[in-house]
Amino acid sequence: MDNEGLKNTLSAWAEGLEWEDGTQFLHVRVPAAGLHDFARQLKTDPQTAFDYLYCLTGVDWPEYMEVVYHLESTQLGHRLVMKARTDGRETPALDTVSDIWPTADPHEREVFDLFGIRFNHHPDLRRLLLTDEWEGYPLRKDYKDEINMIEL
Amino acid sequence: MSDLVLTEPGIEALPTQEYFINMGPQHPSTHGVLRLVLTIDGEIIRKVEPHIGFIHRSIEKMCEHDAYRQIIHLTDRMDYLSCHMNNEAVCLAIESALQVEVPERVKVIRTIVSELTRLSSHQLWWGVMGMDLGAITTFLYGFRDREMINDIFEETCGARLTMNYNVPGGLMFDIHPNFQKRTKDFLAHFRTKLPEYDRLLSDNPILRSRTEGIGYLSKEDAIAYGITGPSGRASGFACDIRKRLPYSAYPQVEFKEILLTEGDCFARYKARILEMWESMHIIDQLIDNIPEGEFQAPTKQVIKLPKGEYYQRVETARGDFGVYIISDGNKSPYRLKFRSPGFSNLFVLDKVARGCKIADLVAIMSTFDYVMPDIDR
Repeated sequence: MDNEGLKNTLSAWAEGLEWEDGTQFLHVRVPAAGLHDFARQLKTDPQTAFDYLYCLTGVDWPEYMEVVYHLESTQLGHRLVMKARTDGRETPALDTVSDIWPTADPHEREVFDLFGIRFNHHPDLRRLLLTDEWEGYPLRKDYKDEINMIEL
Repeated sequence: MSDLVLTEPGIEALPTQEYFINMGPQHPSTHGVLRLVLTIDGEIIRKVEPHIGFIHRSIEKMCEHDAYRQIIHLTDRMDYLSCHMNNEAVCLAIESALQVEVPERVKVIRTIVSELTRLSSHQLWWGVMGMDLGAITTFLYGFRDREMINDIFEETCGARLTMNYNVPGGLMFDIHPNFQKRTKDFLAHFRTKLPEYDRLLSDNPILRSRTEGIGYLSKEDAIAYGITGPSGRASGFACDIRKRLPYSAYPQVEFKEILLTEGDCFARYKARILEMWESMHIIDQLIDNIPEGEFQAPTKQVIKLPKGEYYQRVETARGDFGVYIISDGNKSPYRLKFRSPGFSNLFVLDKVARGCKIADLVAIMSTFDYVMPDIDR
């Protein structure tokens, strides 16, 4: 399906979607509350069939945090970038998608480890790369580590 | 011991109890510092839990402070066996963001060097895989042939492992005058040696019995867990970026995407051996047809990408490598994410190895071809 077709199909599925055109892929921002249902439909609906999540990562913006999901359908060949914002930066949380795409499990653990975004209902949300006692979340923009950080 | 038959009627089997053991972080078959916590029942694996991060250097955070030209050489230090492809991914992302048209000569040279890198990576994998399973000879054979490729790289760009040969807009240097001759010499040599690999290891009954039917991964699971590269293609997942999203000179060349359906350890082994033939086939088509011209397109000294998001995927020796750059228009990225193929490939271990024996886990890990710096970043 081309970007226009995707946009028309997906618009009927949920309220409050925001679109971003003119980028490399079609970008859609999903309200955090409807994220899990929307993601499940992306995977299971035969029209979209997004079965391959090839990248999941977090971004720290000044007012909120964002998780970016790069999706591809191996049967239909189309791609989509789904984004979801958290409510503020203090206690950011989103629903997990690891039950929909199993590869999201370690990726979400990494995002939790480095950004501190909690994923509700994640089966095993622990630090992944850093030690369990580590304080703070290094990929946040305000993270300071006087001992190890090289300022350039 | 021989007269103790537990299955004899009337004798109940001894009760067993699950327990944990650590494999690694210094185990020789983990190819780096990887710690696996195994839950085992006797010798049967019930659960595998990878613990990573021993060589995490937070390359993504460093990139947020670095200029784009500095980022490229950090990518060498992730998957050091696919260093050229990693460099290329960052360069392609920068070039597409700046809309720089790269000379044809650069595209062809990049493709040749990528395929040579893939060959050398698979040679090292083959040597080490044999050694993991007890065939120490293969290690020496793999390294003997790999040495020739390293010599070619050394002559052209001065480095053998972390090459840093790509720069935004092209290559750091033109190829050495000997490059074409030595590459052709290597291909002629390796054409006679690859069948030797088969005779030595592929047809070996011990290797066969340790890999055939072991560690099965279905196509659906390969897609769901994001298993790419030869490991994914051995399960039938058509994930070759060179075919699906061709870059550099790949649109001009003809080659087969190796797709197998067995999905076991031997299929992953076979996929890499067959891929080596395809890599040689690609180099054959290009090595005499390197167009004349510049080896670099002019770019500004200080690179600033226009505000926006850029994603570039390339096929490394391990699979789908992605660079995701978010630029706010400054001289370093606002956020940069490396999607490394090894990271996704590692976390399928639990799925694949359940029910196997500990010795099978060594075979499974070898055929997934993990490189720890790629996973930890």
